[in-house]
Amino acid sequence: MSTETLGPTPAYNFNVVKWFSIMTVIWGVVGMTVGVIIAAELYWPDLNQGIQYLHFGRLRPLHTNAVIFAFGGCALMATSLYVVQRTCHTALVSNALAWFVFWGWNLIIVAAAITLPLGFTSGKEYAELEWPIDIAIAVVWVAYAVVFFGTIMKRQTSHIYVANWFFGAFIITVAVLHIVNSAAMPVHMFKSYSAYAGAMDAMVQWWYGHNAVGFFLTAGFLGIMYYFVPKQAGRPVYSYRLSIVHFWALISLYIWAGPHHLHYTALPDWAQSLGMVMSLILLAPSWGGMINGIMTLSGAWHKLRTDPTLRFLVVSLSFYGMSTFEGPMMAIKTVNALSHYTDWTIGHVHSGALGWVAMVSIGAIYHLLPKLSDREEMYSVGLVNLHFWLATIGTVLYIAAMWVNGITQGLMWRLYNEDGTLTYSFVESVIASYPGYFVRFIGGAMFTAGMLIMVYNMVKTLRGDQKSEPAAA
Amino acid sequence: MNDMDTNVLQGISTAFAIVAFLGVCAWAYSASKKKDFDEAAQLPFNDGFDNDVQSDDKNEADER
Repeated sequence: MSTETLGPTPAYNFNVVKWFSIMTVIWGVVGMTVGVIIAAELYWPDLNQGIQYLHFGRLRPLHTNAVIFAFGGCALMATSLYVVQRTCHTALVSNALAWFVFWGWNLIIVAAAITLPLGFTSGKEYAELEWPIDIAIAVVWVAYAVVFFGTIMKRQTSHIYVANWFFGAFIITVAVLHIVNSAAMPVHMFKSYSAYAGAMDAMVQWWYGHNAVGFFLTAGFLGIMYYFVPKQAGRPVYSYRLSIVHFWALISLYIWAGPHHLHYTALPDWAQSLGMVMSLILLAPSWGGMINGIMTLSGAWHKLRTDPTLRFLVVSLSFYGMSTFEGPMMAIKTVNALSHYTDWTIGHVHSGALGWVAMVSIGAIYHLLPKLSDREEMYSVGLVNLHFWLATIGTVLYIAAMWVNGITQGLMWRLYNEDGTLTYSFVESVIASYPGYFVRFIGGAMFTAGMLIMVYNMVKTLRGDQKSEPAAA
Repeated sequence: MNDMDTNVLQGISTAFAIVAFLGVCAWAYSASKKKDFDEAAQLPFNDGFDNDVQSDDKNEADER
């Protein structure tokens, strides 16, 4: 429970930031490795050897929880607790509570890694954890909110920097989403049933699910973008005024987009149409934010040639722009009729998750690690550059494979013969997907290999090792 | 209030959302807030850390 003081007064707590950063990288390796394993299981179906704990259905929620809440969650906690101290010019309101959040969050992740392979699940996507863990999440999250907002309240600056607005919206909204969607009636310690029924349960689930995308995976990481892109580029954000409009437009629109996950279901038509229209409008604030981030580099583009950390941050914004264009398109009901339930959806998710969320987090962690170990730069900038290319090529391979697979599946499934029977059986579409599954496995393995390089580079950097090397290409 | 149905409510909500959006835009781009926001944009810099790069153009933000 030590507190490190790197700057002058006040006594900033960067130690908890450092440990959240370390766990970001560790959980990133774990979550992505499980992802590669289940990708391999889709190509080599016998890979699980009949062991139930290694079954795709058990490991898939472990993969999603590990990458979203363990990797992404630790990245958000590391960056938000760093940014709030740096931009409010004050130390955390409570170090004890910050360490409670660190240990609580990581123990919750361990609990998830144990219970999910054992088959304990509430069956709600991205909210699979059973009720005792859900209660623990709520407690830790409230503590996190107290640390964050308590620090904002004792700030030494008059203005609350825009990154903190995004982090704040993320923290409040995720609390509301988690508590409402996890409401359940326990049967015993490891089994519960949702408090909602039928189409309403589905709507609550996707109100939660899409806002987990909107507030956990978007607003929180935009908070990262608004601090780390200007900081790494050495320039203030392109337009602070645009960032304010971006914030209010984004948070007021995202909350309505959930029904697009339930097109052509028992959900009332008006709700489906509302979800579609709100998803389409969402393109505007999404691209407003992306442009604001990318234009921050105007006049500093040359820094991309020598700074792979900045490259991570900027390319993440390009993927953000791509996936926030793709998302509204897929929310259109007629497009959704082709894309839904196919691998296109998985490709879209990973365009956002690998290209945007993971790459902006990795960029931020590469910015943080040298500062947290009081040195100029990472142990090896060359390895950061290698990581960048593995991540970029891996992501492109992944999403391209899933586009091809998704459109192939969608077209095969909707084809009818003249007598009204289906032209293709389902298994024929599986066979057609095989090459794509292999390419996806390769792409995911490349991305994970990059994370392993990051572990090596991180350990060397934190240990203070020095290396003489030529400047990175 | 027999005429008040869900369509009227939707119309009112839409109008409210437009007014709120225009209000935020007007506030964000009002001349009186310009100085505040220019200062706020500098918050990631000048926070007393020696090992940090300072913002290398303070004045450019003033143009927007």
